[in-house]
Amino acid sequence: MEVLRIATSGSVDDGKSTLIGRLLYDTNSIPQDKMEALHAASKRKGLDFTDLSLLTDGLVAEREQGITIDVAHIYFSTPTRKYIIADTPGHIEYTRNMVTGASNAQVSLILIDARRGIVEQTHRHFFIANLLRIPYLVVCVNKMDLVEYSEARFNQIMEDFQQMLDNAGFKGQEVKFIPISSLYGENVATRTGAINWYEGATLLEYLEQVSFDHEDRLHPARFPIQSVIRPRTTEYHDFRGFAGKVASGHFNVGDEVVSLPSGQKSRIKTIEQFEKQLTVAHARESVIITLEDEIDSSRGNMLVKATEVPVQLKEVSAHICWMDQQKLTAGKTYLLQHGINRVKAKVQQINYVTDVTSHLQTADKADMGLNDIGKISLKTAAPIFADSYHTNPANGAFILIDEFNNTTVAVGFIE
Amino acid sequence: MTNQINWEFPQALEDEAIYILRETVAQFEKPVLLFSGGKDSITLVRLAQKAFYPGKIPFSLLHVDTGHNFPETIEFRDWLVNTLGLDIIVRNVQDSINQGKVQEETGKYASRNALQTVTLLDAIEEGKFDACIGGARRDEEKARAKERIFSVRDEFGQWNAKMQRPELFDILNGKINIGENVRVFPISNWTELDVWNYIRREKLEIPSIYFSHEREIIERDGLYWPYSPYLNTTADEVPYRQKVRFRTVGDMTCTAAVVSEADKLEDIIAEIMEAKISERGARIDDKRSEAAMEKRKQAGYF
Repeated sequence: MEVLRIATSGSVDDGKSTLIGRLLYDTNSIPQDKMEALHAASKRKGLDFTDLSLLTDGLVAEREQGITIDVAHIYFSTPTRKYIIADTPGHIEYTRNMVTGASNAQVSLILIDARRGIVEQTHRHFFIANLLRIPYLVVCVNKMDLVEYSEARFNQIMEDFQQMLDNAGFKGQEVKFIPISSLYGENVATRTGAINWYEGATLLEYLEQVSFDHEDRLHPARFPIQSVIRPRTTEYHDFRGFAGKVASGHFNVGDEVVSLPSGQKSRIKTIEQFEKQLTVAHARESVIITLEDEIDSSRGNMLVKATEVPVQLKEVSAHICWMDQQKLTAGKTYLLQHGINRVKAKVQQINYVTDVTSHLQTADKADMGLNDIGKISLKTAAPIFADSYHTNPANGAFILIDEFNNTTVAVGFIE
Repeated sequence: MTNQINWEFPQALEDEAIYILRETVAQFEKPVLLFSGGKDSITLVRLAQKAFYPGKIPFSLLHVDTGHNFPETIEFRDWLVNTLGLDIIVRNVQDSINQGKVQEETGKYASRNALQTVTLLDAIEEGKFDACIGGARRDEEKARAKERIFSVRDEFGQWNAKMQRPELFDILNGKINIGENVRVFPISNWTELDVWNYIRREKLEIPSIYFSHEREIIERDGLYWPYSPYLNTTADEVPYRQKVRFRTVGDMTCTAAVVSEADKLEDIIAEIMEAKISERGARIDDKRSEAAMEKRKQAGYF
């Protein structure tokens, strides 16, 4: 069974939580006791309707303020697919949590209030979906019931959005517009008949058919070594296997591989998954690879196909989203973690900071603050084996770690 | 509407969990697996076995025994440890009580569930464990839905929900300051159904109390409580025998039973798909308040 990961974003007023609640309700995913708890909690708050947002806002502070602070993960499944929704906050001060939630998504679900049209938050959400290069974008124009299900209003919003796409979309991005009313369930999982001029798929129908091309399986083969398995038992005395998860592409038994950074070559002898012997390992599969020859490889090294060796980078140019209260300043040193590989890195320069609404770039910034997005240049103490995020996302991202308090302070996308 | 049952386990979840376990062992000096004898920790043991095969599981299990466990769970634990040749450390809540560190609750709702946090934190400190692998899942409860896969806890084991580290893609940052430790949740993205389908696919043994059996129960607050010497009952709570099973395995004082005839995995899965009650709906410990789980997590509960 396939797993489809969706990121949503917005504040409570957009009806985002109602939409998620509706999806869960219509797919029969809310157990009765949870529904009853929701009724009771809504009543206590003096509401005359069942507040489905109480289902997702899991922290006391969130329920008090009626806002989403951190990412919540919500699960439901249909006979076809398992869905994971990362429900992320829309407020600007929680942009970093939005990026966190969206980083694993294949579908970005943008909600627009039909009355208000495109707002600042829409721009930010769209910007982040682009930064992460999420392949599918679903724009749900919600609260259609409050604009009398007007086709003209829907078309207007679509046109406005198209302008944003023309300015900033990327090739290969699939965009779908759906007029919905999450309160009444129109075009979420079913049609209520309220909108007769729209003949396209409902949201759920659309999600059910989003194709899994497994694009990352077509990318160059990358195998970051997590650890070396050496049991040293009588039975497996000479066993020496490299454990890891294929980041992208695929490896076959017999493939000629190069170990980076040493450059030593060998051939794949076996690919193992517990007691099973495989002939091929695809992207995202956790396996153990053994080689024909004894070569020196350990954690943080990478196996690649001899025909697809990446450039070894020591000078890195990247877009980053800064995620820490303490500002980023040029000249400072951080730990850069690319996949599982950590190296020291020094910030050479902040090239510019981008305004996510206007897309305007401001050059010559001395520092970057919390939630700023911009481009920087880094110099690493040892080469990293990365691809550009555009050509191979699975091998093109990194995080920066503060050396002193160990926290994750930025996410970067290699240019 | 009846749900159609999908018996297929999503393989991506196993790959992800194995990756997380391997990162845990690589990034920490002394990880330990928190073992309760429940289906989720049994699943973790299987994943650990697969992650390091043909090597051995490179960490111990840690069981915090409240002394109020189902005897069937303890029996199962000992069987599993023996069969797979695992290392296990058992720490007893009774010892924490004897040392005067915690006080036994009184009244008819008395449970040792909250007490075990102290025993757990002491065991972590004593064993110098910097990573505790747990079987918590985000679909269980809404505070858990918010937690990271590598969840940093301070010296007092506390979870700071508002200041969680960003966690991007599958990049896991296990760097911590002295005194801190990390709770690792490899099956964060699994649902209850995923766990059952996995148990079915992998043909895993589980404690007998998950299957329908006859036992003495009492009714309280609309729930079926297992009758045991640990449960404080009132005069009008008269135990009677009933065919039941348990959906989660906790203490005998905080886990309610469901009336069920399901005695095969397939029947259990079918029952879950039909069930009107959520998994933790039968957890008495969650019923104390809406924020019960968040509060316990802040106090160092796993």
